[in-house]
Amino acid sequence: MSAAGFASPAGPTARPNARTRISAALFRRPWLRGGLLLSGPLAWFVLIYLAALVVLFISSLWSVDSFTGNLVHSWTLKNFETLVKVDTYRTIALRTIGIAAAVTVTDAILALPFAFFAVRVAGKRLQGALFVAVLIPLWSSYLVRVYVWRLILAKDGVLNWALEGIGLGSLNIGYSNWAMWIVFSYIWLPFMILPIWSAIERVPDSMIEASADLGARSWRTFRSVLFPLILPGIAAGSIFTFSLTLGDYITPTLVGGAGSDFIGNVVYQNVGVASNVPFAAAFATVPLIVMGIYLLIARRLGAFEAL
Amino acid sequence: MRLAKIDWLLGAVLLAMTVAVSACGSSSSSSSSASNLPSKIGKTEGQLNLVAWEGYAEPKWVKPYEAKTGCKVHAKYAGSSDEMVTLMRQGGGSQYDMVSASGDASLRLIRGGEVQPMNVALVPEWKNFFPQLQSPSHNTVDGKHYGISLQWGPNTLLYNTKSVTPAPTSWSAIYGPEHKGEISVPSNPIQIADAALYLSKTQPNLGISDPYELTEAQLNAAGELLKKQKPLIKKYWALASDEIELFKNGDVVIGAAWPYQYSQLKAANEPVEQIIPKEGATGWADTWMLSAHAKDPNCAYEWVNWVSSPKVQAEQATTYGETPVNTKACPEMEKIEKGSCGVYHANAPASYFDSIKFWKTPVAECGNGQNDCMDYSKWQQKWTEVTG
Repeated sequence: MSAAGFASPAGPTARPNARTRISAALFRRPWLRGGLLLSGPLAWFVLIYLAALVVLFISSLWSVDSFTGNLVHSWTLKNFETLVKVDTYRTIALRTIGIAAAVTVTDAILALPFAFFAVRVAGKRLQGALFVAVLIPLWSSYLVRVYVWRLILAKDGVLNWALEGIGLGSLNIGYSNWAMWIVFSYIWLPFMILPIWSAIERVPDSMIEASADLGARSWRTFRSVLFPLILPGIAAGSIFTFSLTLGDYITPTLVGGAGSDFIGNVVYQNVGVASNVPFAAAFATVPLIVMGIYLLIARRLGAFEAL
Repeated sequence: MRLAKIDWLLGAVLLAMTVAVSACGSSSSSSSSASNLPSKIGKTEGQLNLVAWEGYAEPKWVKPYEAKTGCKVHAKYAGSSDEMVTLMRQGGGSQYDMVSASGDASLRLIRGGEVQPMNVALVPEWKNFFPQLQSPSHNTVDGKHYGISLQWGPNTLLYNTKSVTPAPTSWSAIYGPEHKGEISVPSNPIQIADAALYLSKTQPNLGISDPYELTEAQLNAAGELLKKQKPLIKKYWALASDEIELFKNGDVVIGAAWPYQYSQLKAANEPVEQIIPKEGATGWADTWMLSAHAKDPNCAYEWVNWVSSPKVQAEQATTYGETPVNTKACPEMEKIEKGSCGVYHANAPASYFDSIKFWKTPVAECGNGQNDCMDYSKWQQKWTEVTG
């Protein structure tokens, strides 16, 4: 758009009015234009997003007066020392990361054939139906879905009722790490399917045909052609499944058993139960670091291009 | 997104953190409250802001209070003792007038300067309270009454009568392997006191006299017992409704509970029974405490007078399944629900009180004048170590 071009018809005396003068000034100074455009989102990003992280980091260096529970505003590394020294926190961190990884792998294994079938095999109508089926769970509340799983996995629940019905005896996996693994895998599955879906869609048919023309069988085509091309999609999906599991604390509370605490639970207990915000802040930096490392790896796999 | 940009951003974040760290100096604040006890209840202010347990501000007794005093009640429900403490601390403490603090929170509020002493002479019914709850150590310090006792109850042993036979008589039922994987206990650091109480009877050589005043060795012993208990636990319950569901679905057959769970399960025709085992039990006792910065003290005094009256005491006891502190509440309870006075121990003899160790905040100062006891933050850490 040319500011000068619109300037002349604006006033009868051809003297530029305030509006045209401003647009002309902005036209002449692209940095100002860019600055003004960016200032809103940037202020939001800096004030709301980065400031929260900075406050988190600062408060992790404070401590709490053990008796009155008031914050003590003097610097100490005591919180981080406790994190490293006490076995429990290491166990909890490893459990959180381990289950997040297990959920990610499970979802990838479930999502791959599903997305492949939906994109490459299913007809148009079936494809539409499958797409809706993937999204339907997201229409209902997260809490409702977790509570439903609680009922399914309970001792007198649907799962055991069905297993006993077909003579397989009962499983005792309600309120355990197994239950958490199943529920997390279920809840985050759509977030893995969708990126893989679009990644498979982007693979041109011609490449698959070329691979077949060159004599590759289906497994070879999958391994050498399809999989490398959809790997960024898997990596993108894994960012969702991994980070969402890593930060969750509701599912461990609801379906976890004794000894199923996540990092989020310890953070929650320290903020809500013990009013020890500094320690909570210190522990909250752990998933931040884990996610940072994870994102660096995912970027190498090309996840950001597939988002 | 390019790597260079991310690095630049990371650099910016680190820089911001460094600047912020060096900018935020040390500061400290202290608060104290002068204890000028009022000698009479003045003109009411027209409103009263409460932090309460859910069910403690029911329309049944709030509406008549509002009509009588002209004080409009605004209640904020809290889910845990620690949430109550947090709520009373935030915003300078003037947001709320009163809090229905349990024993594990009340001392923290007193020491933190969040609550102020009250004049029991302005609460005539106070004289009719059970003597044990007129000046209990969880709300009375140095002869000053930081609040008026409200209701109390024991933490009982709840079990499924079909699955648990013979009926248990001891807490050993939840520390032994008989019901492995079918036990539930509260997810609360104060649960350590239950273990300490059990140890005080089963291992007298540890020398535990008060389950809330534990030395490091005693706390570790309780922690060891709880760590051994952990593989037996199906779930640590956070909400009373969680435990009710666990019992209903057959996941759990025995556990530590409140009379509330018992009455709810009974009402649903579940085969449950509750006992106070031979070792005794821990219990909670709630106190209406007045904020140090209360804006509506007159409405607050009217409120404690109202909820201390035998009729309201009885209404709340039967609604919630707890024991009133007013000895005169028993006949009123019988009027509401025949037999409820006995069920909720409103006519309990002194020996019943002796079997209940009331919750109080663990502090470093032991009863013997020494400072070698483990405070609440140590309990919290130990609890995380056990359950994490």
